[in-house]
Amino acid sequence: MSIPLYAPVVATPTNPLYWSIRRELWENRSIYLAPLTVAVVFLFGFVLGMATLPQRMKIAFELGKAGQTAFIAEPYSFITIMLMNTSLFVGIFYCLDALNGERRDRSILFWKSLPVSDRVSVLSKFAIPFVILPALIFVIIIATDVVMLLLSSVVLITDTHAVATLWARLPLFSLAPKLLYTMAAIALWHAPIYGWMLLVSSIARRATFLWAMLPVFVIFAFETIAFRSSVFVRFLAYRMFGWLNRAFVPQARPGFPTFDPLTLIDPVRFLTTPGLWTGLIVTAILLVVIVQLRRDRGAL
Amino acid sequence: MACIEAHGLRKSYGSTVAVDGIDLRVEEGRILGLIGPNGAGKSTALNAILGLTPYQGSLNVLGRDPWTQRDDLMRDVAFIADVAVLPRWMRVSNALDYVTGVHPRFDRAKAEAFLAKTDIKRSSKVRELSKGMVTQLHLALVMAIDAKLLVLDEPTIGLDILYRKQFYDTLLNDYFDHSRTIVVTTHQVEEIQDVLTDFMFINRGRIVLDCSMEQFESRYTEVMVNPDKAPSARELKPITERQVFNRSIMLFDGADRQELAALGEVRTPGIADLFVAVMGEGARK
Repeated sequence: MSIPLYAPVVATPTNPLYWSIRRELWENRSIYLAPLTVAVVFLFGFVLGMATLPQRMKIAFELGKAGQTAFIAEPYSFITIMLMNTSLFVGIFYCLDALNGERRDRSILFWKSLPVSDRVSVLSKFAIPFVILPALIFVIIIATDVVMLLLSSVVLITDTHAVATLWARLPLFSLAPKLLYTMAAIALWHAPIYGWMLLVSSIARRATFLWAMLPVFVIFAFETIAFRSSVFVRFLAYRMFGWLNRAFVPQARPGFPTFDPLTLIDPVRFLTTPGLWTGLIVTAILLVVIVQLRRDRGAL
Repeated sequence: MACIEAHGLRKSYGSTVAVDGIDLRVEEGRILGLIGPNGAGKSTALNAILGLTPYQGSLNVLGRDPWTQRDDLMRDVAFIADVAVLPRWMRVSNALDYVTGVHPRFDRAKAEAFLAKTDIKRSSKVRELSKGMVTQLHLALVMAIDAKLLVLDEPTIGLDILYRKQFYDTLLNDYFDHSRTIVVTTHQVEEIQDVLTDFMFINRGRIVLDCSMEQFESRYTEVMVNPDKAPSARELKPITERQVFNRSIMLFDGADRQELAALGEVRTPGIADLFVAVMGEGARK
């Protein structure tokens, strides 16, 4: 075996962050397979339910404009909520394994043998729930909506009035930017949750889910018994759902805003919410700590 | 310039001292074997050299501080921790893509040329490869990196003898040149004796012996002593004596070869024999 040894090796351009993110997607195929599966199963259910679509459109015509929109948009809002929940679940379980798995399977020793800094490695892992998943979910939601609209139009093809109403009540092109805004708002709001999961992942030797949830239950139980108060629960609820009333104009009618064209977005209010910024600062601190932890973490 | 230079390198875990203030200098173009019993501090020393663990004392690898500049250092250093660190989910093609994407001194064509001589398919996942093939893959990746320092920590553990031999042959014939430096730890001392230019014995976090192969060959002599010459041989104070088939084999440090030749059959000892002698001596102290 002889391989030319002295061939000059010219330094080739590299992009460690890009390749590290791709690496995460190779390893964790659930990042895209889980939401795709949810979307496909939902579409299958939607197809089965289309038999009654003409009758449902007749009911819709009886309603006022607002009621009509809510009625027609219902399955679209439903898949949006389902996919957003999927994104949260996938993001949490991904983060819990991200820094623990590489130590368990010893591959951390391979990653660390390459000129990729711990900062880039941790950022690439954080980018999955913070950027990649929201972007992916956005695309899947829009694609699902388009498929549903087209299928509905085919079923209703003989009734031009029904088709026109459907497209009028579901203005996809004007809704898409609003959906994108929603995805970004949720990602920013939930950032510290993912930061916490990554921290647990880099500290715990095993049972990361247990260690991530245990403090939550302990603090909840302690507060309930000791002070008979519910500050912590309200804090958790704020961190999970607080974006809803801050990224959008609060509605008289409670409901999910994304696919309701009547809901107005309020970016100024959102960006001036202190809770958003404290969350992001906490996330930044967590990421700095995680990078420091990963520096001298070896195989488990 | 020295490739690795350490002064008072020390690392402790709680009250356990893993590396106890060692001084070390490895010149460019050497192949150094770090030899020591389990828990001697070899891996800890290597981890410090690779920037995987913080340490006390001063350490300079290729002009850099490994702990604060690990990612930069890894442009010029390649290492194989042991055979089982390649992620099992990864496809061979993924591994090539990834290393190409992050390593400025990786020559993909060279790695492909090496893999073409093996039975490894690009579409295979690491988990589908045999242990020997995983080592070949790792070696293909590492050999295509134009590194100045290659660190191998028990690289052939768990491999059968054919793969072990092939591993070192490939390394020597196709990779090593005198501008590269290789540091290797292994338990299979006999297999790398011919490969090394230098070796160090490490025990309890300290360097017990630091020796080049030339020094080793001129300084240490092993004699299979004829039974009638045993008492006079013992007067020359061998550092160790063992019995094989009722004949004494004695190891001498710095004795005159011609004098020894009169006592029996003279030969160059194995590093393993010297290791046993030196470590045994250390244990008695």
